Amino acid sequence: MSPALLNFIEIFMNGLMAGIMYSLVALGFVLIFKASGIFNFAQGVMALFAALTLVGLQTGQVPFSHLINAIFGTDIHNWGEGMNTVLAILLAMAIMVALAWAIERFVLKHLVNQEPIILFMATIGLAYFLEGLGDLMWGSDVKTLSVGLPSGGSFWWEDVTREWAAAGSEYFGMYIDLLDVSATVIAIILVTALTLFSQYTATGRALRAVADDHQAALSVGISLRTIWVIVWSIAGFVALVAGIMWGSKSGVQFSLSLIALKALPVLILGGFTSIPGAIVGGLIIGVGEKLAEAYVGPLVGGAIENWFAYVVALAFLLFRPQGLFGDKIIERI
Amino acid sequence: MNVHLKPIHEIRMTRPDDGIAPGKPLLVVDNISLAFGGVKAITNISFDILKGEIRAIIGPNGAGKTSMLNVINGFYHPQEGTITFRGEKRSRMRPHVAAHQGIARTFQNIALFKGMSVLDNIMTGRITLQNRNLFWQALWRGPAEQEELEHREAVEHIIDFLEIEHIRKTPVGRLPYGLQKRVELGRALAAEPSLLLLDEPMAGMNLEEKEDMSRFILDVNQQFGTTIALIEHDMGVVMDLSDRVVVLDYGRKIGDGTPDEVRNNQDVIDAYLGVSHDE
Repeated sequence: MSPALLNFIEIFMNGLMAGIMYSLVALGFVLIFKASGIFNFAQGVMALFAALTLVGLQTGQVPFSHLINAIFGTDIHNWGEGMNTVLAILLAMAIMVALAWAIERFVLKHLVNQEPIILFMATIGLAYFLEGLGDLMWGSDVKTLSVGLPSGGSFWWEDVTREWAAAGSEYFGMYIDLLDVSATVIAIILVTALTLFSQYTATGRALRAVADDHQAALSVGISLRTIWVIVWSIAGFVALVAGIMWGSKSGVQFSLSLIALKALPVLILGGFTSIPGAIVGGLIIGVGEKLAEAYVGPLVGGAIENWFAYVVALAFLLFRPQGLFGDKIIERI
Repeated sequence: MNVHLKPIHEIRMTRPDDGIAPGKPLLVVDNISLAFGGVKAITNISFDILKGEIRAIIGPNGAGKTSMLNVINGFYHPQEGTITFRGEKRSRMRPHVAAHQGIARTFQNIALFKGMSVLDNIMTGRITLQNRNLFWQALWRGPAEQEELEHREAVEHIIDFLEIEHIRKTPVGRLPYGLQKRVELGRALAAEPSLLLLDEPMAGMNLEEKEDMSRFILDVNQQFGTTIALIEHDMGVVMDLSDRVVVLDYGRKIGDGTPDEVRNNQDVIDAYLGVSHDE
């Protein structure tokens, strides 16, 4: 193979793996949108909050320590060596479930049957609240997160691909980040598990039923409020996974909440109501922006990775507003 | 009731008996009034539904029939009056709680889960009977798996009974109207309800489909002893099926009794023939 082709493959693969990360965030949006018609602007902040909580627990940070120190003049920061990673993940998950419950109890419950725009505004409020709460609880400094996933380049893959190049060419092998590989594997497991859960369990059926028709769901005895807590918990779980991945990759920092914005073009591409759409949309955006950066970027001075996704989304809005997999919007006029 | 006909008797009776003897009131509607803003949908309506009977609710369009069903299963909350179900007077009822108490229903404009298969739709009917434990479900092991299989078996019997085996795996949205109505009945039956509310089960059907549906309703009532309240416009069907009929007009009750009594009631005749109301 020629180095040019190998380069293309490398960029393509890295795009796929970056795309998986977008898919993970988009997945959280789709879950909530399907079940309750709410566009949850806070999904990205939930990922940030989950990651912050995980790091805090893992490293044994005292929550609200800055606040406590400021009020009482104390100087406490840590309560010990921190806890086992698995335990910390389980506890962070429990906190995300508690958060889901609180969101239902204090926000959604009071806004039942309101216009979608009102619920959307509520989630914007929620996003700022969570960002502030995360700051207050765990501090705003950038933290490193490691949950023991392999990371760094794979030398094995580099050696293998070097062999593929034509003899005599100056090709030194492909770079692939092991963290991206593990993220991909975990995302595949997560999506498979969610699919199986929704297809083959009573609660999964109830989730699909609520997504399909609220009134009918009520009439067969499904409590919408319970379902909403479950859905927000699952979205919280997805946020935790996304938070772990993004946090391991680029540190847990507040700009993490901005990845939510990258999920928007993914959703426009995949359709707001389709789980496969979120996955495929994420992959297309990931691959698209990497390829565009590599091949079109040099012509226009680079850095098109930042806006490429939005341009693609714009094109979709013009020509196929329901996305690739979303329900076609048919309105009677 | 102890009837040995196939296959409906094989549907497992999971729901505990409601403790009401046949012929005694299962549901008592007492002086119910319901208004939406200034519009009165129902005014001072009282009637009862006896255990084991088929009770028809009839009346011209806009008489408040569907509103009445919506009050009974908790979609609407009446401003006045009380409802007593299984001897318990209930306060503000929520629909999913009504479902858990054993009230199942179908809708005038079919409310099925259109993207889900027939089998899954009917399975949702059993949600009130499943002791859901999210943890076991998530692992798909132990009690949850066992439970799922048992309910699946019960649902297969309902599918046999309604003669819809050939469409078990079809997404409901693709089915013709008549079959959708049947699937909706199946979902309601799956809950093994003590009280089954049917809102125009035969609307928009051809004669053959109506005959099938009538047969299903009678079978359910006779073999299962299920109490049924139904709204229907086809007078022939109503007179043949029901034990007693309550007639509404402009949100008021104008007649109540056996089909024969109602047929000869002057107010009912006037309502249907359209005598001016301000005389």
